[in-house]
Amino acid sequence: MSHSITSSPKLVLEAKNINKYFTDPVKVQVLKNIAFSIQQGEFVSIMGKSGCGKSTLLYILSTMDTNYDGELRLLDRTISGLSGKELAVVRNEHIGFVFQFHYLLPEFTVLQNVMLPGLKLGKYSEEEVEHHAYEKLKLLGVEDQALKRATQISGGQKQRVAIARALINEPSIIMGDEPTGNLDSRNAGIVFDIFKELSSTLNTSLLIVTHDGDFAAKTDRIIEMADGEIIKH
Amino acid sequence: MSKNVKFTIAKTHLVSRKKQTAIAALGVTFGIGTFIVLMSFMTGLNGLLDGLILNRTPHIRIYNEVKPSEIQPIDKHRQFRSTINMVESVKPKQELAGIYNAQPLMQVIRKDQRVMGVTPQVSARIFYQSGNILLNGNAIGINVLEEDRLFNFRQYIVNGKPQDLANNDNGIILGAGVASKFGLKVGDKVQLQSATGASYRLKIVGLFQSGLADIDKVQSYVNLKTAQRIAGETGNYFTDISVKLHDLEKAGDMSLEFQNNFGVNAIDIKTANAQFETGTSIRTLITYAVSFTLLIVAGFGIYNILNMVIYEKMNDIAILKATGFSGKDVERIFIYQALMIGAMGGILGLIIGFVLSVAISNAPFETEALPTVKTFPVNFNAMFYVVGAGFALVTTFFAGYLPARKASKIDPVDIIRGQ
Repeated sequence: MSHSITSSPKLVLEAKNINKYFTDPVKVQVLKNIAFSIQQGEFVSIMGKSGCGKSTLLYILSTMDTNYDGELRLLDRTISGLSGKELAVVRNEHIGFVFQFHYLLPEFTVLQNVMLPGLKLGKYSEEEVEHHAYEKLKLLGVEDQALKRATQISGGQKQRVAIARALINEPSIIMGDEPTGNLDSRNAGIVFDIFKELSSTLNTSLLIVTHDGDFAAKTDRIIEMADGEIIKH
Repeated sequence: MSKNVKFTIAKTHLVSRKKQTAIAALGVTFGIGTFIVLMSFMTGLNGLLDGLILNRTPHIRIYNEVKPSEIQPIDKHRQFRSTINMVESVKPKQELAGIYNAQPLMQVIRKDQRVMGVTPQVSARIFYQSGNILLNGNAIGINVLEEDRLFNFRQYIVNGKPQDLANNDNGIILGAGVASKFGLKVGDKVQLQSATGASYRLKIVGLFQSGLADIDKVQSYVNLKTAQRIAGETGNYFTDISVKLHDLEKAGDMSLEFQNNFGVNAIDIKTANAQFETGTSIRTLITYAVSFTLLIVAGFGIYNILNMVIYEKMNDIAILKATGFSGKDVERIFIYQALMIGAMGGILGLIIGFVLSVAISNAPFETEALPTVKTFPVNFNAMFYVVGAGFALVTTFFAGYLPARKASKIDPVDIIRGQ
């Protein structure tokens, strides 16, 4: 366990009593009374078998799935029940995403891909956003690829660019859905080290869904799920 | 700032698919170009044809018609007022062919605020004589300068000017048909014979060509005095009074007013030329229908392409949404694309339309009916370009709106989890 939990117990994300049902074809409860919280700078992984509801939970926490019961709080603000537009702003400003697939826009350069969420935020001028984007790319060791098209770089590099994109607005929390799932062990190791560094140096919280036991074992905390419930955390 | 991003994304999408974008834009270009050419040409033609009628024809013509009296003496008698009176074989009254009290009548009409001008005519039956050949004809006496000012008389004159007739009391503007039959040309003299047998030698100062061969074979124009002399009448004798109004629309009401107030026969331009108005409105309607159809087809092209793009770009849309672009933002991105296609295609269409219109307006167009028209008439009205640009943007907006709406509704979770 890292110090930051004890020294700065600021809650970044808090889930209270979250329930979710799939109604098609029959009503099935996929999440049962999920309740947990993540503190600033904490690196948390969620593990569980396929179909245990861990990804479903992640998408609820990410605000992209709004079809659930319960309360979700981000930085002391209730975000369940906000409009789609408000949630988009919340995601843009506070949440960074890394998926199994990189989802880089193929028509744009690496730099532009990283800049897009920053330009959307509109807090800084284009030059400043570009400068930030270079910083993030440098942090991830891919700044020399900045002007290449997103389709022209390797798989491991793409995933690192995707992480740089997640970091551009300096979010409070980074969420990942199997971010190392498509990577070989060397690249997976690099990604893990980057995450670890983010949590310790930038005090960014991380919530990563993974199948990879080795990966999870190295995080601050593991939340284990089975059949829609948290069985251990 | 945020608007710029959407614009940049839309632009990048279009630029990365140059071929599809070009095809979609060309659809709009074709539609708008056709609209501009059709409208310019059609309304140019309409204007020409209307001009023929509206500018050359009196808005109201006052004349005296020979007809039997509608009220017979028996109808006036008190004793027969309640009976049904039948009078067979009523003959027209012996009346002056001229308009009664024409001079004071013209003065009154001229003072009317709604009237632009009034000019009288005298129609006289004549024979054109060449050796011992006599051709039936009709000499119309006019005040040629007034006639030209009000009704563009010069458009009928092939060789010569209205002034030439005004300057020469013994001049005649001879029907082109008569001239060709007798082998006469401007500067020659022509012999006329009146109905009473008197002979007149007049100098040809111009040729008259209306485009209707039957009229050109019989009709010629002379000065008012000449016609009155041929008819054997005094200077008060006028057979027709032509009235031009400031506002054509009032012609119908005013002709009725003249009939009631002055006890004359009057016919207005719309009654006399009803077929032209119908033709004009139908031509305009067809033009709009054709252009609209073309634009709708172009719209379907845009709709199709955008739909395809959205299908291809599911992942991109999902990640844009995940990173904080709202449904509305995504919708805008695709509407911008549609509008950019519309704007590019539209501007090109306007340019092509203009170039083609210029080409058409320089193409030779010669017709018997219009001796003064040498090229196709084209109406370069800026309004068409405004409407065309508006059309392009409106149709492309709607073509883009449906796919854009679909894109805005894409659930990123479905896409990302589906991988």
